[in-house]
Amino acid sequence: MTDDELIWRISGGSGDGIASTSQNFAKALMRSGLNVFTHRHYPSRIRGGHTYTEIRASSDPVNSRGDGYNFLLALGDSFARNPQEEAVYGNEEIKPLSENLDELREGGVIVYDEGLLDASEIPDFEERAEENDWHVYPLDLRGLARDQGREVMRNTAGVGATCALTGMDLDHVQDLMRDAMPEKILEPNLEILQIAYDQVREEYDVDASDVSVPTGEHDETQLLMSGSDAISYGAIDEGCRFIAGYPMTPWTEVFTIMTKNLPKLGGISEQVEDEIAAAALAVGASHAGVKAMSGSSGGGFALMSEPLGLAEMTETPVVLVEAMRAGPSTGMPTKPEQSDLEHVLYTSQGDSQRVVLAPGTVEEAYEQSRIAFRLAYEYQIPSILLYDQKLGGEMTNVSKSHFDREPNPTLGKTLSEDALADEPHSPDGKFHRFQHDVEDGVSPRSIPGQKGGRFLATGNEHDPTGHIAESPDNRVAQIDRRTQKLEAIRDDLDTVDTGSYAGPDDAQYGILTFGSQQGTVEEAVGRLNDAGVSVKSYGVSDMLPFPTEQVEAFVESVDEVLVVEMTASGQFRGLVQKNLGRYGEKLSSLLKYNGNPFEPAEIVDGFEAAIIEGDGDASGHQTTFVPAAGD
Amino acid sequence: MSTFSAIGEEREIDRDEYTPGVEPQPTWCPGCGDFSVLKALKQALPEVGRTPEETLLCTGIGCSGKLNSYLDTYGFHTIHGRSLPVARAAKLANPDLEVIAAGGDGDGYGIGGNHFIHTARENHDMTYIVFNNEIFGLTKGQTSPTSPKGHKSKTQPSGSAKEPIKPLSMSLNAGASYVARTAAVNPNQAKEILIEAIEHDGFAHVDFLTQCPTWNKDARQYVPYIDVNESDDYDFDKTDRVEAAEMMRETEESLYEGEVLTGRFYVDEDRPSYGSEKQAIGEMPEEPLAERYWDDDYEWERSHDMFLDKHA
Repeated sequence: MTDDELIWRISGGSGDGIASTSQNFAKALMRSGLNVFTHRHYPSRIRGGHTYTEIRASSDPVNSRGDGYNFLLALGDSFARNPQEEAVYGNEEIKPLSENLDELREGGVIVYDEGLLDASEIPDFEERAEENDWHVYPLDLRGLARDQGREVMRNTAGVGATCALTGMDLDHVQDLMRDAMPEKILEPNLEILQIAYDQVREEYDVDASDVSVPTGEHDETQLLMSGSDAISYGAIDEGCRFIAGYPMTPWTEVFTIMTKNLPKLGGISEQVEDEIAAAALAVGASHAGVKAMSGSSGGGFALMSEPLGLAEMTETPVVLVEAMRAGPSTGMPTKPEQSDLEHVLYTSQGDSQRVVLAPGTVEEAYEQSRIAFRLAYEYQIPSILLYDQKLGGEMTNVSKSHFDREPNPTLGKTLSEDALADEPHSPDGKFHRFQHDVEDGVSPRSIPGQKGGRFLATGNEHDPTGHIAESPDNRVAQIDRRTQKLEAIRDDLDTVDTGSYAGPDDAQYGILTFGSQQGTVEEAVGRLNDAGVSVKSYGVSDMLPFPTEQVEAFVESVDEVLVVEMTASGQFRGLVQKNLGRYGEKLSSLLKYNGNPFEPAEIVDGFEAAIIEGDGDASGHQTTFVPAAGD
Repeated sequence: MSTFSAIGEEREIDRDEYTPGVEPQPTWCPGCGDFSVLKALKQALPEVGRTPEETLLCTGIGCSGKLNSYLDTYGFHTIHGRSLPVARAAKLANPDLEVIAAGGDGDGYGIGGNHFIHTARENHDMTYIVFNNEIFGLTKGQTSPTSPKGHKSKTQPSGSAKEPIKPLSMSLNAGASYVARTAAVNPNQAKEILIEAIEHDGFAHVDFLTQCPTWNKDARQYVPYIDVNESDDYDFDKTDRVEAAEMMRETEESLYEGEVLTGRFYVDEDRPSYGSEKQAIGEMPEEPLAERYWDDDYEWERSHDMFLDKHA
């Protein structure tokens, strides 16, 4: 155990304030000058059930969860179901302690609420603690909180104990509590924090603990932000003022953030009857001249297939976000996976004419949310932002200056009434909204209510005025024009370069990944190079149109490539091969689909087993190796 | 020149303005009731003073969806059952537009039934015309949600075992503030009802009986029709929810016994439209949102200035 990072895990029951306590503590660590990264694990349940949040804090940049963790604060689960040994869910009351032992590192610290948790119910607890050199602190956090105010404030007592045992000053925590808590509960909480802190320092030799909080310093103002926050702010800064949606985990986060903020901006949020309506409303609002979005997760997005196709055919700009969770069907609602990739690329009838971007980090989520809007409106095409429960919910610190940019409310190639007058019209005055020969395939549009702009938008194939037309010549001209937009978008994206690269340029091996696994892959690449393995990585964000040239150059430059993704069938590897048309013998897969994101060590071990040793068996991990074609 | 100068324009409107040059002759079958909807709309729109370019007509799929091709306004021919969500968002984005939605009985009461219920519930300020011909016409004569029990078709060869939908009752229960039924065979009443529906501030639902001579009934089967507001045989208060419900029930049942009752069944002028409700709770701007994108003086807000400090 070293001092260079604290990975603090707070566990308890769903509904016990684990999320808010951890968010405040993460912010306190950030304010103390550290870089932080959080990882959430929670059940699909309103109250009760094992949940934890992990905060990794270091003076070095952190862009991934760590390998295991080194400090456990185990609180009780107020809503645990009655413990019955024969119940399939086991004894829920003890889970905040028992479920978290396997991943606790050697030399780690355990603080548990002995007012609610009885360690003697866990088989071999003492032996395991001794074997692993765990420092165990049973504290009556509940009793302490009850004496001062309310039992629920035991979370605060646990934070006080954490500070005492890690040598962290209370200042930042106190400041945060002052910012976050209403007057009524602030005073008792501050008292509980201090008492717990003092009590631990009096009763225990706190220096005996090997885990201490590192120190660090930031050059500029930092913000603690999730991917869902970043996506929402990107949308707002692109002038999005309309959202329609239906609740579904984990997409609800973006929907909630937008709904809270849009009225402050004179915008509109609509909660509607289903996701078909949600996407159709976004299309309708955009058609009437407002920048609009909708979104959902897997099952809800399935319902959006039809309006998505309508937006493609009518060339109505719209942004949809898709927050992936483990499927198929209802799957595992609160667990991350990346297996909606093919669903999002290909759903809806006909040839896909859409943009799909998959950001890898919180900063990229902001950036690519803006790019998705820009492309949608400039090229009159639906853009989809594909992310997952992991990126949406994890929080990390980002520099405030990253967001200090001009807003972009422009509607793209939309004509004023003056400009409309100079455009081609039919003899009866109908505007040629869908002209055949136009630059980049983008035919300028008008907005209902404009004089000289009337046209028909239709999901049928249509002529330049929008009228239904099935002549072969018109059909070919229209579909070629719409497809041409994708080529122009590819050129446009090449000037932005949304990819993320790590490791030496001349590395012998490569790792390809997409979306939220990027940070973890990059940490693994750093460790592999430190260990003398020459490897580099490329986190790809553009799923459609695909950056074929860049990916081909990457694959071409190395001997072998391991494709890392959270799917069971290797969808991203399939996409790479489909676009490259070859290299099947060079690409193997490392997959994880057990409901938890990769840890860096799983990629390090998986890479060594697959590529260096060549047998693919990374023992001890729940990852799956799929060899290259022909192997 | 303002951004949307077609909106609110005061001028004489000729009904020929609504006839497109591209496709002036509809492809509906001879004797089709759909012609009457087109004609009634062409008469109603000039009377209410809405020009083709301040009107947005959103349609579904089916013979009725082709209305867009023959009525020259801004149009959005959407997908099967989805005209209402597209239409109501356009109305929220720009409340100054005259928004009309239209579709068939399969489109509105079947596949789009969920949207129908919720749009009525929310009372959006728009007109919804349902071409009710009691059949799926364009796909060649299958049983529809309003086909009578026992209706035989290639998809219900033994005769449908289902009771038909009761569209007027459904509309009233869902929350529509104007509910009427008219018939293609009654052009004067159709025009008057469409004028009232368009002028009504709220969700106005018009169940429009449009005979399908090819697959179902011809016009004669809708004659004689009775206007329940004018007939001495019926006495009910259309502003009274309970009386309206009873009248609707009788109307819906008698249709399948060969008696065609039409008229205004429910009118609630007091219920605020959804837009006003949303403005009242501060969740919709007073000025049309669509105007803002053309306002050079508008200072667009940034997340950097408004929302980031709470993350620090």
